Amino acid sequence: MTSRTTTLNPGGIASSGRGRLGDRAFRWAVAAGGITVLLILALMIGSTTLDALPVFSSQGIVDFLTGITWDPGVSRTEITGTYQAGVFMFGTLVTSLLAITLALPLSIAIALFLSDVAGPRVARPLAYLVELLAAIPSVVYGLWGLHFFAPTVLKPVAKFLSETLGFIPIFEGPVVAFNPFYAGVVLAIMILPIITAIVHEIFRAAPAAERQAAYALGATRWEVMWQVVVPRSRPGIVGATMLGLGRALGETIAIALLIGGGTTINISLFQQGESIAAKIVNTFQESAPEAIDALIALGVTLFAITIVINMAARLIVRRLGDLSGEAIS
Amino acid sequence: MTAAVSLRATGARARRRAFVNAAMHAVLGLAVLAALVPLFLIIAVTIAQGLPAMTTEFLTSTFNFSRRVQGGGYLHGLIGTLYMGGLATLMAVPIGIAAALFLTEFPRSRLAAPIRFFADVMTGVPSVFVGLFVYAVLVRQIGFGTFVGAVSLAIIMLPIIVRSAEEILRTVPGDLKRGSYALGARQWQTVFRVTLPAAASGLTTGVMLAVARALGETAPLVLTALAAQTVVLDFQGQGQTALPLLIFREARGAFAAGQERAWAGALELMALVLVLSIVARAIATRRAAR
Repeated sequence: MTSRTTTLNPGGIASSGRGRLGDRAFRWAVAAGGITVLLILALMIGSTTLDALPVFSSQGIVDFLTGITWDPGVSRTEITGTYQAGVFMFGTLVTSLLAITLALPLSIAIALFLSDVAGPRVARPLAYLVELLAAIPSVVYGLWGLHFFAPTVLKPVAKFLSETLGFIPIFEGPVVAFNPFYAGVVLAIMILPIITAIVHEIFRAAPAAERQAAYALGATRWEVMWQVVVPRSRPGIVGATMLGLGRALGETIAIALLIGGGTTINISLFQQGESIAAKIVNTFQESAPEAIDALIALGVTLFAITIVINMAARLIVRRLGDLSGEAIS
Repeated sequence: MTAAVSLRATGARARRRAFVNAAMHAVLGLAVLAALVPLFLIIAVTIAQGLPAMTTEFLTSTFNFSRRVQGGGYLHGLIGTLYMGGLATLMAVPIGIAAALFLTEFPRSRLAAPIRFFADVMTGVPSVFVGLFVYAVLVRQIGFGTFVGAVSLAIIMLPIIVRSAEEILRTVPGDLKRGSYALGARQWQTVFRVTLPAAASGLTTGVMLAVARALGETAPLVLTALAAQTVVLDFQGQGQTALPLLIFREARGAFAAGQERAWAGALELMALVLVLSIVARAIATRRAAR
């Protein structure tokens, strides 16, 4: 015992001035880390908004958001072109909504399958696989969509839809080589693992006692899933949907490769479109300084939309208690 | 299952419920298949297309003089990816873990709640916007290059590290820390000699997942690293490239040779990212088993 006490030397450290100073330094160091996070976000909003301000003020906010003319100028110092984001807003909205519409029911189905149907020996590797798929870079999804999935799978589907349902404006032909339909479907595949992972976690959090109670009352497994598990998870599903939507709105590269770079609003999913994020990476390199400010203005708009959706989603999900999992990040 | 017992009861209603149950199970199964097939396909096709082009030459050389012709490789992209990824990790890890320590060691600070919330918000910021931000504040002053590219990746990693590190640090048993305090250790001594070592494997997992995410990012690099035709070792001042940038560029190109290289590059990038993710999760599982 005595030897131990000497090696650990309790109190010896505490009384040294070095220790006290260390605590203060530690506190400041970690506080600096935390404040850096806030500063970066503040700087992010401040500096980009400042750069975008001339564009917003020369175009007017409403015209910027709803107009459909994007005619960049070449000035280094002033705003000479016309910058209106309507076409890109429309493209972003269409691809994101299409992606969510396709991904959400499938995500709920997979999550239900994992939490209530499959045994742990199937569910665990499957859940693992789904999480891994969320890690695949978007440029790989884009390449795969562009050179494999769109030409071999989606093109026949699009042709079929435009031939049979072409009288509905959104399915009107002809089907061009790159279009919002392709972009939206690939986007759905990309956000599917993210939404599935969150919804699965929410379903798993549903108490076993509630399920058992329903079974004891004679409910079938489907009734347990549909009348017990899903209803009590509804806020979580809404939150997961909005997080998925936030991801879809900000997704850039896969969409830039697939959406077609259109310059007008087309109601049909099969005609070229353009999204905000895709417009930014597609035209950045050939833009004059004033046009880059306009792209920054596009970015600020996108940022504002995704932030509102994300904050709302997190407030909803957080109310459910702390969900762990990198799926959310 | 237990549920089946009650269904043996006869009667039209029970039969209908049994039918709905069976039908919906079939629908669920189909939905799972419909979702999993494309997800399997992405891995399968990338391997099938990428493997033939994944030659020694591809791994060890840069572009040929002409990108129309076959041959050449993405060595410059791999080096750029690792260079920027490494710098970004050096920047994001200390700040991120410091911020997480602030959240767990000083939870009653008035700043804790806003930091946690806004770190959450930052995870949802579109990566292309991060690129625009770094362009606006850094590239306009000091030009394109490795460093500014790394900064954009670090900003993407930072909130992921903060949130995962906070969660891990929270799981360090309070008894360990109290034991340390009881021996007279100061807070900083406890953090560096007890808390951080106890959380080391979990922190590693979180950092690796963040790195995996950053290495796959394309959009912010388009706006900050720009491009390079050959291996760039400059810290700043000259364009830099990365695997995702090269894939993005050649994927939309018209040359078949370029598309082949893009597939091989995609396989290389996917392998890099998946290995990081798998190892990260293996570390996490081993910790959970202990």
